Amino acid sequence: MRMNGKTHGYGGDMDLRERVYVGEIFRGLWITIRHVLRNIFYTKDMPTVQYPEEKVGYSDRFRGRHRLMQRDDGSPRCVACMMCSTACPADCIHITAAEHPDPAIEKYPESFDIDLLRCVYCGLCEEACPCDAIRMDTGIYEIVADSREKFFVNKEFLLNDGTNGTL
Amino acid sequence: MELVVTTLLKIVFMLVLVIGLVPVVIWAERKGSAFIQDRTGPNRASVAGIRLGGLVHPIADVMKLLFKEDFKPARIHETLYALAPFVVFFVALLTYAVIPFGDYLEIGGERIPLVVADLNVGILYILGIASLGTYGVVMAGWSSNNKYAFLGALRSTSQMISYEISMGLSLLGLLLVFESLRMTEIVAGQGDLVWGFLPKWGVVIQPVGALLFITAVFAETNRTPFDLPEGESEIVSGYHLEYSSMKFALFFMAEYANLVIGAALIATLFFGGWNIPWLPRETITANAGTLLPLALGLKALVTGVIALLFFRRAARERGKFGDGRDREPGLLGGVFALLCVAALASFALQPWHAGPAAASLLATLLQVGAFVGKVVFFCWFFVWVRWTLPRFRYDQLMSLGWKVMLPLALANVVVTALWITVL
Repeated sequence: MRMNGKTHGYGGDMDLRERVYVGEIFRGLWITIRHVLRNIFYTKDMPTVQYPEEKVGYSDRFRGRHRLMQRDDGSPRCVACMMCSTACPADCIHITAAEHPDPAIEKYPESFDIDLLRCVYCGLCEEACPCDAIRMDTGIYEIVADSREKFFVNKEFLLNDGTNGTL
Repeated sequence: MELVVTTLLKIVFMLVLVIGLVPVVIWAERKGSAFIQDRTGPNRASVAGIRLGGLVHPIADVMKLLFKEDFKPARIHETLYALAPFVVFFVALLTYAVIPFGDYLEIGGERIPLVVADLNVGILYILGIASLGTYGVVMAGWSSNNKYAFLGALRSTSQMISYEISMGLSLLGLLLVFESLRMTEIVAGQGDLVWGFLPKWGVVIQPVGALLFITAVFAETNRTPFDLPEGESEIVSGYHLEYSSMKFALFFMAEYANLVIGAALIATLFFGGWNIPWLPRETITANAGTLLPLALGLKALVTGVIALLFFRRAARERGKFGDGRDREPGLLGGVFALLCVAALASFALQPWHAGPAAASLLATLLQVGAFVGKVVFFCWFFVWVRWTLPRFRYDQLMSLGWKVMLPLALANVVVTALWITVL
């Protein structure tokens, strides 16, 4: 194979010093030992983040796990209009609507379940919501559980738990 | 009877040294590779919060491999498949018999040479055993009934044949200089000085031979840049591809035991073995009254500084993790502080009045320490080179072995022979 008029792959593009190779080995060893010594004496300057103890901060606009907003009296702000579940491309929001006792409010969600395993965290539900009832601003991205069923979170969980990643 | 006991003790010492160094080298490989690549490396596995900077990980590995299923693929050659890891590991441990790890130990006026078997054909024995290692590899590769494993075994044989010649020839120059095949005589011969100031180490009087030998040892131990028998990127993992659980662990340990042998051979043949440069045994025994307090003081100083550093870290990082790991710096600091106190307390025994027995023991201990230190350095050298150089291509490997190393080794022999005859 010839490139730029020089033979590649068989040492054709190297000068004599590089082709002797022994000196180049020691040059390489010098480079690697510099890294070792620097990392021994300045361990704290290493780029590694010790994950569970240290965390990289995300932007405020990061879409984490959902939460449902509350009215002043603690009931969900959601009016069960189904905009979010219609917008949802992953089809992971399941709402059962019921008539609200207050005549000023038409409906409320009797159940509001999100399948966190199906969710693609696109944020379309947030965009679609007409009354700012669903938000993805918890910043939680470590969502863990020991069974699939536990990822199916209900209204009470979404209303109250804005801190916990473990389901 | 006495000979049996001392020989057994020497065998135990060598086994403990080698098998004990294996997890340390594995740790050094992981931590060293991590530091070379600007990573932190293993630091998670712990026993009650004590992590020792990742040194606990090899124990975790062994536990895992012990409890894994011993899987056997279909249509293998059962006997050879089961035998291969044992052959590899057994052969890996054989070479230590002829490596002297000290001059002699004087007990009650009797001198015990610190080598398991002082063969008069020591170097031939080493070369013979080194080539036996391939048998295990070939057995593993062939009996596994796997194309990749077989390719790895074939690569291993051809590589071993190519580099064994240069290995033997590179040692020939050394034999011409020291006029002996006996390892103890070669090591003792390296205790002199050349031109009055340079230690007469193999690397000083045979620099080309040393370079060729080190390269050949890298090839014989299948270490990068010569690890084509394993070649993960081309043949998955080569000859031990089909092995799992403890059988794989044996291959893994044999690889590192081979590495330690390689390091011990390089240190013994070309870097003076147990010799301490400019400090022969007579000087040590004559000046034991000053050297012993000096050594103790140095030990107290070093351990004291390390203990203080750990204590400082313990004070700074109090409650950093909120679990057992917080105890670690304080505990390690305590261990080093104890060592420091022990060194200081031994001054009460008046080391400046050391008798001849203590002086002889000090000399032996310093020499064994020098040998172990050299072996540890070359173990690190193996790791260091592995994470510096890329793997050779197969044709590069062959042309290096046959077109570069063989002529160089032959030229080295001729030049050395001429030099010795003329002078």
